[in-house]
Amino acid sequence: MKIASVIACAALALGVTGLARADEFSQEDLARWQEQFDGVVKEGRALFTDAKLGKNGVVCAQCHPNAANTHPETYPKFQKQLGKVTSLWEMVNWCIRNPLEGDQLAADDPKMTALLSYIAWERRGVKLEPGKH
Amino acid sequence: MDIKYDRRSFIKTSTVGVAGAALPLTMVELAFAKPSDNFTFAYISDSHIQQIKGNQFVRNWDRGLIRAVAETNLLTPRPDFVIFGGDLAQMGSKPELDHGAELLSKLNGKVYHVMGEHDYYLDLGEYWSKLFGKHYYSFDHKGVHFVVLNSILTTDEWTFHRWPSNEQRMAEMAGLDNPNGSPFMVGDQQRDWLKKDLAKVKKDTPVVVFSHSPLQKIYKGWNFWTDDAEQVQALLAPFDKVTVFYGHVHQIQYNQIGNIAFTSAMATAWPWPYPQSYSQAQQLLPKLTVQMNRADPFFERDATGWQFIDVNSGRASATFNLYNNKVRTVAFDPQAGHPIDKTYQDPDRRIQPQTHY
Repeated sequence: MKIASVIACAALALGVTGLARADEFSQEDLARWQEQFDGVVKEGRALFTDAKLGKNGVVCAQCHPNAANTHPETYPKFQKQLGKVTSLWEMVNWCIRNPLEGDQLAADDPKMTALLSYIAWERRGVKLEPGKH
Repeated sequence: MDIKYDRRSFIKTSTVGVAGAALPLTMVELAFAKPSDNFTFAYISDSHIQQIKGNQFVRNWDRGLIRAVAETNLLTPRPDFVIFGGDLAQMGSKPELDHGAELLSKLNGKVYHVMGEHDYYLDLGEYWSKLFGKHYYSFDHKGVHFVVLNSILTTDEWTFHRWPSNEQRMAEMAGLDNPNGSPFMVGDQQRDWLKKDLAKVKKDTPVVVFSHSPLQKIYKGWNFWTDDAEQVQALLAPFDKVTVFYGHVHQIQYNQIGNIAFTSAMATAWPWPYPQSYSQAQQLLPKLTVQMNRADPFFERDATGWQFIDVNSGRASATFNLYNNKVRTVAFDPQAGHPIDKTYQDPDRRIQPQTHY
């Protein structure tokens, strides 16, 4: 990204015309962004079936085939067992700590991003219903 | 605790007390014209005993089986026998099967075993057979013909020629949602055997079949499926009263196809989502099924359980003992001609937690 914008600035300074403006993007950009996302979803699926995510060999997909029954479209919501409004990553960590008997991840850990990406992707097309129980 | 059983009290409440209210089994009673012919059996399934390493096993799954065994032993009147519905192990290994067999050895009375895919695909059921006997067989009990099928077979190509190691074959089949798996089937050889076995049975004899996978097609993506289900159903079609019990699905399901009533068993290990909650795929969950309450993950035994079956007039009534939830009874209704939930069948009686999404 940085290199691209440096080149763009240099090009503008030189008075070259016909280059993409900042608010424009091409089919190639879209393809690359999709590829990046799909790659992270794939990592998420790998983690979802990875016996090393926790410490007892249990994997996420054992209870959540195709990430079913994770209903990401309902988060954030009031989680009655925790007595507060909760984001999905907190529930993912709950599962890592309890059924998987493992160590929780930071909210911005790339592994967490991958898990959340996979969960959302399996639920694509379902309307958002934050707070729903 | 308010537990009511419609026929009689199955659990010695004096000894069990509150604990009895929280049992996770499925119990079945078969009732006959002469009440003296009625009998019950208990049905425990899908324990998925999972080795971590050495003598360490996943505590959660161990506790599910230990609890079901302890509670089954408290049933009164005593069930005539116990069915274990398959998937005793998670990865089919000797340590897992041995550990599971040891936990099951605490059961009082005769135990009949059904093969599950998690027991099978490491060594094709060899060690399981040493512990529990034949992969498929039949027996007669008090005028009912019981058949146990190994319904989790698949194609020879997948079984014998696709995977570089037995361990990988097991791991590929162990993932419920793994697209590298393969549809279950009973297969030609076993269907031939079944045809011969049933030829000796009178058409008015009640027939009860146990399989691990549903002998009906619900959702192929998770193998809630048997590929030759219709062919097996056709062999059962000539009989007046047929009941099929299956495990594998880790949830309450029931259905009626022609003369055949279907009822599933809960798992002792963990519950599965109903296939409809996977929004990317079509599924055929039987319309008759009133779904279990959504599981509360904070109670690790919630939505797991065991069942007892009450056999009366050759028809079955299954009582599901759900931990952290009310007991459910699914019984064949002669007037409706299919199984019904004794409490929740009427849509007006459904409760909020039965809504899944």
